[in-house]
Amino acid sequence: MILSLTSKVRPATDLGFLLHKNPANTHRAELSFGAATVFYSEVSEEKCTACLLLEISPVELVRGARQLEDYVNDRPYVASSYMSVAIGRVFGTALAGNCAKRPELVDLKMPLTARLPVVRARGPELLTRIFEPLGYVVTAEPIPLDETNPAWGLSPYFRLTLETTATVHDVLSHLYVLLPVIDEEKHYFIGADEVAKLLRHGEGWLATHPERELIVKRYLRRSASLVSQALEQFEGESNTEKELERPITLHTERVSIVGERLRALGAKSVIDLGCGEGKLLRRLLADRAFDRVAGMDVSHRSLELAAERLRLDRMNDRQRERIQLFQGSLLYRDKRLEGFDAAALVEVIEHMDVPRLAAMERVVFEFARPRHVLVTTPNKEYNVLFPALPPDRMRHNDHRFEWTRAEFATWADRTATRFGYRVTVEPLGPLHETHGAPSQLAVFSL
Amino acid sequence: MRRIEVPELAVVAMVGVSGSGKSTFARAHFKATEILSSDHYRGIVSDDETDQSASGDAFDALYFFLGKRLTRAKLTVVDATNVRFEDRKKLIEYARKFHCFAVAIVVDAPERICHERNATRPDRQFGPQVIHRQHAELRRSIRNLEREGFRYVHIVKPEDEIEIVRTPSWNNKRHASGPFDIIGDVHGCAPELRQLLATLGYERSAAAQAESPWGDEFWRHPEGRRAVFVGDLVDRGPAILDAVRIVRNMMRDGAAFCVAGNHDVKLVRWLRGKKLQIKHGLQRSIDEIETLDAADRVRLASFLDSLLSHYVFDGGKLVVAHAGLREEMHGRTSGGVREFCLYGETTGETDEFGLPVRYNWAAEYRGRATVVYGHTPVPEPQWLNNTANIDTGAVFGGALTALRYPEREFVSVPAARVYAEPVRAIKPIEPDRGDVLDLADVTGKRFVETRLARNVTIREENSIDALEVMSRFATDPHWLIYLPPTMSPCETSTRPDYLEYPTEAFEYFRRNEVRRVICEEKHMGSRAVVVVCRDADAARRRFGVIDGKHGVCYTRTGRPFFPADNDESGLVARVQSALTKAGFWEEFQSDWFCLDCELMPWSAKARELILQQYAAVGEAGEAALSEVAGLRPEFARRLQLVRQYREAYRRYCWPVTSLDDYKLAPFHLLASEGRVHVDKTNLWHMETLRRLAANDPQLTATRYVEVDVDAPEAACKWWEELTSQGGEGMVIKPLEFIAKGPKGLVQPALKCRGREYLRIIYGPECTAEDQLERLRARALGGKRSLAMREFALGVEALERFVSKEPLRRVHECVFGGLALESEAVDPRL
Repeated sequence: MILSLTSKVRPATDLGFLLHKNPANTHRAELSFGAATVFYSEVSEEKCTACLLLEISPVELVRGARQLEDYVNDRPYVASSYMSVAIGRVFGTALAGNCAKRPELVDLKMPLTARLPVVRARGPELLTRIFEPLGYVVTAEPIPLDETNPAWGLSPYFRLTLETTATVHDVLSHLYVLLPVIDEEKHYFIGADEVAKLLRHGEGWLATHPERELIVKRYLRRSASLVSQALEQFEGESNTEKELERPITLHTERVSIVGERLRALGAKSVIDLGCGEGKLLRRLLADRAFDRVAGMDVSHRSLELAAERLRLDRMNDRQRERIQLFQGSLLYRDKRLEGFDAAALVEVIEHMDVPRLAAMERVVFEFARPRHVLVTTPNKEYNVLFPALPPDRMRHNDHRFEWTRAEFATWADRTATRFGYRVTVEPLGPLHETHGAPSQLAVFSL
Repeated sequence: MRRIEVPELAVVAMVGVSGSGKSTFARAHFKATEILSSDHYRGIVSDDETDQSASGDAFDALYFFLGKRLTRAKLTVVDATNVRFEDRKKLIEYARKFHCFAVAIVVDAPERICHERNATRPDRQFGPQVIHRQHAELRRSIRNLEREGFRYVHIVKPEDEIEIVRTPSWNNKRHASGPFDIIGDVHGCAPELRQLLATLGYERSAAAQAESPWGDEFWRHPEGRRAVFVGDLVDRGPAILDAVRIVRNMMRDGAAFCVAGNHDVKLVRWLRGKKLQIKHGLQRSIDEIETLDAADRVRLASFLDSLLSHYVFDGGKLVVAHAGLREEMHGRTSGGVREFCLYGETTGETDEFGLPVRYNWAAEYRGRATVVYGHTPVPEPQWLNNTANIDTGAVFGGALTALRYPEREFVSVPAARVYAEPVRAIKPIEPDRGDVLDLADVTGKRFVETRLARNVTIREENSIDALEVMSRFATDPHWLIYLPPTMSPCETSTRPDYLEYPTEAFEYFRRNEVRRVICEEKHMGSRAVVVVCRDADAARRRFGVIDGKHGVCYTRTGRPFFPADNDESGLVARVQSALTKAGFWEEFQSDWFCLDCELMPWSAKARELILQQYAAVGEAGEAALSEVAGLRPEFARRLQLVRQYREAYRRYCWPVTSLDDYKLAPFHLLASEGRVHVDKTNLWHMETLRRLAANDPQLTATRYVEVDVDAPEAACKWWEELTSQGGEGMVIKPLEFIAKGPKGLVQPALKCRGREYLRIIYGPECTAEDQLERLRARALGGKRSLAMREFALGVEALERFVSKEPLRRVHECVFGGLALESEAVDPRL
């Protein structure tokens, strides 16, 4: 809720000209979400500290609140996008690089120290990665979560001090752009003009910043279209090249193998059960061998993303007829799942509690009963090859189980027998001699 | 005056040439909404009622509405010329498809009159040749109408005075509401039938006069209960004629109904001289019939032939048919309905014994009416989706079973011996007991019928959210028999410095004419529902679970309370042993219980929330405000508030390292076998659970006081004591679990939360004067309505579970409750 900027270059009071705020006065500005006050805590020839005190009105804060978490909220206390907006409002002239009275000061680099008592960040590394390349000496002092409960560990907050020699205009621009990047939350809607704002305030430093992509993504809150719009400004055509060179991920490989296998089985109609954001669907739609493709997912949000990625709204009628997306659950019998040649469950079953697999088995193998069912799931034995994965952990927070090759084979055999399918189980992905492949695939056929 | 009888549900085709007065006739004798006129639909699709080029589209529209009306069992009159066979054929098809009669009413007006009438109507200038042609077509048609499939044909002249009489369908016994004893396939097992009737309380008496061949054996129930036989009286068994006599005499006496079974129908055909294959026990019937003279054989045949294929009783809530009946056929009449009633639905295939493979229609049955049937012998009477198969194969050495209605109890007497060998082994119809839920039963906009609040509407967008939560995070639905309702706070207090104070809660109950209430200490924990069975076997039997668990503990949104299964089973074991020590299994004659509880500490479930939200915000606030506290006194005050807030959340946290660190405070004993304890007072719940809690240190009895709302001072004082020590507050409930006031249901509970606790709900700085003032203006209407609907759904779910309704019916309520939870309500209430 407070940002202080200290200059120690004589005469330090020049800071007042640069910030367009007279050190002798207190300046107050009303903002839509509260009030900003600028005052000087120290004013001398040697040292001058300007403070931007931001008071956020609780009324604004709970506008649109839905969950309890929104009411018990750190926003009034931390430096976030609210602070950015305040900087823009009260230091707008300085931010734009103007100084009518003393234009010669604008481009003057001077030793400056910015202090923010509470910023929220995933970890101190992020702060250094973002600020160090811009020439800052970063001091991020971690704050404990609750001093009466030391066992609770550290809080996500840091006392941040940034020291540098730069122009006031640069420091303000950096803070303006980077505070919401660190905090990763914005209190307002991100529209197309946000890209222009980023480019304007990032001029001269963002293009060459090694963490440019991270900054852009976080600033634009990971909106895919806005991010690519912004990155194109920096990269032009080279972006697609980079796409090509990017190593093929495990999931892409999985999807591609499942797609090939479905084709080889001669399936004309396929339903992707647990389609997520539609990666397999896209692969299948690109192949004329499949007349009809359906995607089901339990998450409505995932389906919206899938529709967006598949560009469903821009398809012509003929293309549109080949694809169908709907919300459903593998734990409920569903007539819409019937009548497909094949069903795919790619990395889905491990997200279900084991006791509930029985319901899924009946829904898929007994009621939907496609001619072929392809099921993939992680191979637990392979986990030792992931260096970052602690031994007793699973690959994903939401995984309810991970099976060894033997466990998966047992399940596949039992399921096939119970429902009258034949089944083959095979490794999926690059094979390690002792631990097998990262994933495993069972192909069930009637 | 001529009376024309029209079945209460029929497709009535008006037949007559243009200008014959059909429309006038129809309007005079039927409701405007019952008439679908081709002219009208021409107008609808083309703005011109006479535009013949629009006829195709007009009839498409007309047939669409015809189908909708017939689905809803609405008599419908089709007002078109219908003089051509092709036009009528379509109407016959619709009547067949929707299993009702087609009726033709021919308005036979002389050609001359039709000409004259058309001439006076400016929109009917199509020349005399059209009328002439229509007239000729009509003349050719009239004599064929019955053969075409019209069950009744009435020819009326324009000058006739007509009265239309609507006749109820023969199978319509909706006014007969029971009680009934529905009896399974007798197959000549007269000895077992006598025994069953006696067991059911029927008394035998002799008629004054015996009538050939029916004898004088009469049975009637002293309380006027009536028997309903599901058919197949004959064949296979030891005393076939006796069985028929008993049934016939009871029917004669008004003490029974009987529907036809396939064997009964086949015997009629044999009696009437059809050449038939003598198998499946027909020979036994023939042997007995040998003793009858020709006249008696005719009487026997005409009695069996008089049996209807099904009945609808009790306002449509009970349907009896030999082999069962789909919902869309209830109360309908058609060859298709009769076939279904007699033989059930077959897949068209035959099995290795040459018997038709039966399609399990009951698995898909979703109807409101209870369907009771026989036909397919099963080892035990079997409920499935509100249908009951009560053919327990008496003649095959099983038992003769009756279903008492409305009690829904089975009463069986075992067969004295095996009278016939079944062709195929008797086994349960399908292992499917409805345990795989169907998506169609939960998604979309739904109306859940509840006893307490009539229909509860579940909006589609809320179902969408609930499906994800239910599928990804919830406990196995077999265990989810109840979700607790949300609880509204009392109205905002007018006292300075208080947002909530008990006075307003007492005032609420006084306003609703609830004089006596109970104040229960609100524990600082999380709501938990504990379902406990006596053992794994009871769990499997009663809940249909196969995971080996003895019970579960889940949160108010149906999620497992404990991340690890062994914590859950540990807690369940503690509750089990407390129930054993308290002797509850015997006292309640139940091997399962459902308890509504609070589980402490709050930090056990909410650890993540506390760390990531409460502690973090507290720390951020303290760090930021310490920085500026010196600047203005206001900031120092705010810093003080943040520190108080931190004290508040810290109180609800204690480290949990093992199961022993948890405390469970049950406050409602919701249900046990056969009973939902919402008919008891909250005092009973408190005292009963106090006895339970005494048996395990981990269980906590809830402190409470009983209060007269006119003298609440002591209770207010108690609340002040509780909350001044940082307590969460108290819950005020009417003495009756389900309390009604002059305006209907009263809130089952109101909470009144303490000042300190509210800090963590309304935010660190909520007690600052300006903030408090703003918070006072809070609307409780939405929250209270939600609480009431969730309460109704919760009780309904338990009642359905206790009355052994299928899983989907229980799940519907639980799912609905979960869906309601995603309605937008101020989460701070």
